[in-house]
Amino acid sequence: MEQTISFTINDEQRTMVIHPGQSLLELIREDLGLTGAKQGCGVGECGACAVLVNGQAVDSCLYLAAWADGKTVVTVEGLSQYGELTNMQKAFVEGGAVQCGFCTPGIIMTATEMEARDRNYTEADIKRALSGHLCRCTGYTKIVEATKKGLENVGKCSCDHE
Amino acid sequence: MSFNVIGKPVQRGDAAAKVTGRALYTRDMKMPGMLYAKILRAEIAHGYVKSYDISEAEKLPGVVKIVLPKDVKANPWPSAGHPYSLNPAHQDIADRQILNEKIRLFGDEIGAVVAKDELTAEKAVKLIKVAYEALPFVLDAEEAMKEGAPILHGDETNILRHTDIKHGKEELSTAFSKCDYILEQEFDVTPVQHAHLENHIAYAYVDPEDRLTIVTSTQIAHIVRRVVAHALNLPFGKVRVIQPYIGGGFGNKQDVVIEPMAAMLSLACNGRPVMVDLTREEVFYGSRTRHGIRFKFKTGVSKDGRLLAKSMVSIGNNGAYASHGHSIVAKGGTNFSRTYPAELATEWNGYTVYTNTATAGAMRGYGIPQVNFAVECHMDDLADDIGMDPIEFKQKNVMKLGFVDPVSGIEIKSCGLPECIEKGKAYIDWDNKRKEYLNQKGDKRKGVGFALFSYATAVWPFSMELAGARLTMNQDGSLQLTVGAAEIGQGSDTVFAQMAAEVMGVPFSMVNVVRGTDTDIHPYDPGAYASRQTYVAGQAVRQAAESVRDQVCARAAKKYDIDVKDVEIRDAKIYRVSAGRLLCTLEQLAMESFYEKDESSTIASEKSANVKSNALAFGVCVTEVEVDVKTGKVNILKICNIHDSGTIINPILASGQVEGGMSMSCGLALSEGLKYDPKTGQMLTDNLLDYKLPTVLDTPHFDVDFVEPYDVTGPFGNKALGEPPAVPPAAAIRNAIKHATGVRVFATPMNPQSLFEAFREAGLN
Ligand code: FES
Ligand code: FES
Repeated sequence: MEQTISFTINDEQRTMVIHPGQSLLELIREDLGLTGAKQGCGVGECGACAVLVNGQAVDSCLYLAAWADGKTVVTVEGLSQYGELTNMQKAFVEGGAVQCGFCTPGIIMTATEMEARDRNYTEADIKRALSGHLCRCTGYTKIVEATKKGLENVGKCSCDHE
Repeated sequence: MSFNVIGKPVQRGDAAAKVTGRALYTRDMKMPGMLYAKILRAEIAHGYVKSYDISEAEKLPGVVKIVLPKDVKANPWPSAGHPYSLNPAHQDIADRQILNEKIRLFGDEIGAVVAKDELTAEKAVKLIKVAYEALPFVLDAEEAMKEGAPILHGDETNILRHTDIKHGKEELSTAFSKCDYILEQEFDVTPVQHAHLENHIAYAYVDPEDRLTIVTSTQIAHIVRRVVAHALNLPFGKVRVIQPYIGGGFGNKQDVVIEPMAAMLSLACNGRPVMVDLTREEVFYGSRTRHGIRFKFKTGVSKDGRLLAKSMVSIGNNGAYASHGHSIVAKGGTNFSRTYPAELATEWNGYTVYTNTATAGAMRGYGIPQVNFAVECHMDDLADDIGMDPIEFKQKNVMKLGFVDPVSGIEIKSCGLPECIEKGKAYIDWDNKRKEYLNQKGDKRKGVGFALFSYATAVWPFSMELAGARLTMNQDGSLQLTVGAAEIGQGSDTVFAQMAAEVMGVPFSMVNVVRGTDTDIHPYDPGAYASRQTYVAGQAVRQAAESVRDQVCARAAKKYDIDVKDVEIRDAKIYRVSAGRLLCTLEQLAMESFYEKDESSTIASEKSANVKSNALAFGVCVTEVEVDVKTGKVNILKICNIHDSGTIINPILASGQVEGGMSMSCGLALSEGLKYDPKTGQMLTDNLLDYKLPTVLDTPHFDVDFVEPYDVTGPFGNKALGEPPAVPPAAAIRNAIKHATGVRVFATPMNPQSLFEAFREAGLN
């Protein structure tokens, strides 16, 4: 009952033997040792496990590893080189948007997806995009502000300023 | 007071590790040969296990061990994250068994399976057949107090404890006879859950030197060590507890929930590493919750709005086990008796009661969010009834600077409350909007609401306060700071590093914090709770830094043959003050201290601070809401918390704490609540879909402000900040709903369904 998949993970081409029931989250965390994505619920309710699959943020706990065959997966570990943060990561650090940090990798992935898209975002768009992520520490205020800042830095935010 | 590093919005030291995924949490660490456990949980709310049939489960390949209550040799243990008391009368109730034959809640732990992986363990648990003897169960605390209710512990009563506090010049009944107006009301705060994003998780193993090691997501590593040692009959020194990065706790990890289980299972498996990682569902029903508390008030005032007599009965639903016991309801009682002192008489009766629901324990605010909701709504209604502006009424009656709390003896030495109130009124345009929003018609109505609070810092004088810090200088003059206090996301490590840098006269970047808590490495500190860390551990950090600074200055004075009082460290350089002259860099001096042949000595200090004071933090919440009387939906248009927490050590971390706390209180007010099936006693809201945790779409922009009176008892003039933000928003929202609609609500959550019904009853829709 095993299956072989080939996919790109953080710029690396990998071929792996998986079980058909295995989630992408389990594959990256347990088999690849990429522990940045977190499990907060395991059933698609919290967003802590989000990674990019072909540029789109998905809850990797609900995404079968088998579906990643032929796709490009990016986890939080694949965003920046050691010692250098991406624009979005910097915005979160500087904006005080990180507390316990358990929700952070997932949220960063969604914010990174937004940053990469060829469009502009209003505050309502940002909130809608982030609404699949739960955070119990921050009350979201600084997370929304940091995402805005990150998008603004690349000219993709059309939010009003108070 | 002027500071160089304190008061600056420095970035938290661990943020980069967290945005890159490099911060390692408990689940991120794996050991060779790791085994995984799953807990067998009861499917009745009250009763006994009659028998187990494990024959099928045993046969499943990959199962390593099946453990039932009869196999466990352990002492009953108390789970509360309290400092130990040497007085047996004050010790926490030791009512926990690792596995239970008597079942007290739906989901109680009645067995465990250890297997080579989690899936196998889970399958094996499902294969175990359990026969039960069911007993009647009780879910409501007041029902559980009645004659004939099913009894959970022993055979006499479900009342865990009752306290009765009376003070004042007169008998309560005489005092009420002198009042011009008396209001009696009842409020219900529904239990909610912490819902930290990282579930409870721990793994345990026996190390090569035969010491039991537990890696766990906890706020109280040193307390876990004590409790596990007691439970398993091991010397303290044979137990080591390590807390890595932790994904939130909010009080739910100020409790020893799963560590004895992990430890016992590892010992049962020959010391191999065993992981216990709870599911979200298990955390909801099987860890801790906020107490649901019912409050009954009778309060009397004079015509001109002076508070003369007051009484409160509070009945806290403690669920199935004692956990923190009566202290949460009791803390609410002291808060009630102190915040609005009555001129003639005060009486408070508090009951903590067992029921067959999830165990209630510590949660951010420790009983104060509940009592504050009830008192601030009640006071608001009293003011309305006698035709007084609620803020004016509250301001007139609230305690003032210099007040001495009759129960705890705490004296108010700093109080920024009047300034908080003024700022709050200006922010929301109180006077105008109170008038403007009177007599609205139509479906959407607006209102403004207000609530204030007081909050004690740390646990003195009710318990001991002790914290340790060690500061060690490196060859380059940089420093290692090791504190026993726990960083759980709130930013305490960053704040301690600021404190050490401030005292040392070095930039923030020169202080490295030794992250996490490891009982082998980090000095004793009971942990992260009671908003105590900057206040108590701050003292230890300050003292250790002063000692290191003094050692540096003494060495410099000796070297340059000058008076030690003439030496000062600024920006990591050493100066002779009188001559305004640079003597050397801190690095030069540090190198000499390490390597000078005849006079080498390392520069370090470890201090433990036994703090014997307390300071009250204050604040207010003001909000403007729009209420749809047709649907019962509440929209928060504006909301602001204004805090007096004394000196703010780091404004960006502080405002982050406030926003998070406000969000928690908004959740309690508008959407969150644990529900049980009355037929089975099973929790119905044990997941993040049915439990309405606020998402970003439910959340307004939180505004935050501070006033900063210097409190002489704090190490840098600072007072409690971690928990207070979660206190006042709920009552402010309820009072705003009342202002908008004229309808008084008496229970949380004020979700569309409950408001729709309340508005219907009032004839609004
Ligand atoms: S773990 Fe995937 S959504 Fe919660
Ligand atoms: S920072 Fe803790 S859950 Fe978001």
